[in-house]
Amino acid sequence: MNKKQKKVLIRIIVSAVLLILIAILTSEKLGIPFLSDNGIVQLILYLIPYFVIGYDILKKAFKGIMNRQVFDENFLMAVATVGAICLGEYREGVAVMLFYQIGELFQSYAVGKSRRNISELMDIRPDYANIEGENGLEQVDPDEVEIGTIIIVSPGEKVPIDGVVVEGNASVNTSALTGESVPRTVSVGDEVISGCINMTGVLKIRTTKEFGESTVSKILELVENSSSKKSRSENFISRFAHYYTPAVCYGALALAVIPPIIRLIMGLPAELGEWIYRALTFLVISCPCALVISIPLSFFAGIGGASKAGVLVKGSNYLEALASVKHIVFDKTGTLTKGIFQVTGVHHSNMERDELLELAAHAESFSSHPIGKSVQAAYGKTIDQSRVTDIEEISGKGVTARVDGRKVAIGNSKLMELYFVPYKDCHDVGTILHIAVDDEYAGHIVISDVLKDNSKDAIKRLNKMGVNHTVMLTGDSKAVADHVAGELGISEVNSELLPGDKVSKVEELLDAKPSKEKLAFVGDGINDAPVLSRADVGIAMGALGSDAAIEAADIVLMDDDPLKIVKAIGISKKCMRIVYENIYFAIGVKLICLLLGALGIANMWLAIFADVGVMVIAVLNAIRALMVKNV
Amino acid sequence: MKKTYKIEVDCANCANKMEEAAKKTTGVKDATVNFMTLKMIVEFEDGAEPKSVMQDVLKNCKKVEDDCEIFL
Repeated sequence: MNKKQKKVLIRIIVSAVLLILIAILTSEKLGIPFLSDNGIVQLILYLIPYFVIGYDILKKAFKGIMNRQVFDENFLMAVATVGAICLGEYREGVAVMLFYQIGELFQSYAVGKSRRNISELMDIRPDYANIEGENGLEQVDPDEVEIGTIIIVSPGEKVPIDGVVVEGNASVNTSALTGESVPRTVSVGDEVISGCINMTGVLKIRTTKEFGESTVSKILELVENSSSKKSRSENFISRFAHYYTPAVCYGALALAVIPPIIRLIMGLPAELGEWIYRALTFLVISCPCALVISIPLSFFAGIGGASKAGVLVKGSNYLEALASVKHIVFDKTGTLTKGIFQVTGVHHSNMERDELLELAAHAESFSSHPIGKSVQAAYGKTIDQSRVTDIEEISGKGVTARVDGRKVAIGNSKLMELYFVPYKDCHDVGTILHIAVDDEYAGHIVISDVLKDNSKDAIKRLNKMGVNHTVMLTGDSKAVADHVAGELGISEVNSELLPGDKVSKVEELLDAKPSKEKLAFVGDGINDAPVLSRADVGIAMGALGSDAAIEAADIVLMDDDPLKIVKAIGISKKCMRIVYENIYFAIGVKLICLLLGALGIANMWLAIFADVGVMVIAVLNAIRALMVKNV
Repeated sequence: MKKTYKIEVDCANCANKMEEAAKKTTGVKDATVNFMTLKMIVEFEDGAEPKSVMQDVLKNCKKVEDDCEIFL
């Protein structure tokens, strides 16, 4: 609790004790003369706790009237309590003010608490960087470290600035950034991003960016500026509050005046006091606090919870849109597939798989082409280039070489035709490398981009969540695209697209869908910035270190696991569920109590519940959005 | 030009009121108040002098919500 809250707490306790004491002393049972029967004395006594608890509200209400800001909750409370006291309901008048202050205190405590919770989640800001100075290690402000400086990160410290490891190796914990709890191992030559925590060895890192441009700064900036874009629900609530409070005030006025007049006309006693009491009850119920506080709080907690899970959301409007996503467009390479080529099969070979790979890897040993690299990677052992002679590259066809004196030809079908070697076609999709050894066909190697482990599961779960329309866009050949889509269970494929085609394709899809259903585009942030910004929700994945993606996307997934998309949608749905619960609950209870109040069934005590109780429940419910573990 | 200021305010509705008041101030193109992070993001009109505009913003905010503060 801060100073302000403590002061309010003391006032609450003092006035509560006074209220109870006075209530006992003035009770008719005790029958103390001057106390139990003298109205004026009672009034003066009750005014003491009233002013202790309510002086600031009265002051604010007065200032509000002076500044022509009449209809706010201070005004409501002031009118309601002063009215109650004028009617002789001293106890109720003081109690209403007391409970109102308790509610306010609780609200400010809860908000402060969740504010702290969320900033703790994002506690990745490094305070210092270690550099080697003249007198050994020096701690400096990360802002002052220039690009290319060597910084030292000891175990237990955060990496303050993005860079490349030049000495040492260690496992680093990226969970604050990605939500991934398995540590990553880094050694010399690896890039490390700021915000990771070094868990084991000492690392020397040469910085590649300034602090302000480093991942950690970008992320903090993004999170801190989130919710500057407001969701429709939040705007609805502000508009609602804008009309609601004056409406209720006029309603209360009407309730106080019209029924007594009608009664007078009909020749009945006016019962002015009774109707004013009802009108005052009306005012107490009407305070819109529960709504006004709990809706932004729900979004704030939802965004905070999402960042804990490695999903950064740039504004509550995107969280809201994400919850109603029914169409997802995926980029293929790097999103659903790993974007790295791997040997996925060796077929029709009359020799051992390893032997064939050995020959192929050696023949390709001077190649820097991704295909050649993937063959070398599949072989897995060190390559002795001295075994290879007479290398000849045949452009657009392949390579021939002598490995241990044997003539090896490796390449596509055109190369086989060149040497008149009969070859076998492959049923698998991908790049096929045919191999001939001493002019005899020795089988082929299939190289393809492999699916991410979780892609299939992710699509299945998305379908289960009601995202029925999944589209894959790719520049790859139709055969490859259809194969991948079939494997994953994606409903629509568009292949052989040029980069510009992706935007027009997404625009087509945007036009075709009903406007209530939202369309999300998921890409890895490379070359798809225009599409990311065109879609209703642009999701960039694996964005660690990629500034362009962080700029262009609305939602950033910190690692490249497709299941994070499912998680993000799950979080958004939970958050929206809580938002609607609070809207319906708060408005519902208020309307019922207003009705009961108008009919004279609800008294001021129920009115206090409708105000403070509803707010407390709504705030507690809002905080639930922070818990995202099992979404 | 956009600038972010730290603010101090007690209730969400008051934050909304500050936002309204800031928006209406001359020289301000758009303003958002984020109650949860206690920040006010002000977009100034071209040629406006942020320092003097913010003084007006503060004055207008004080008018609608006496209890608020903007750290300039």
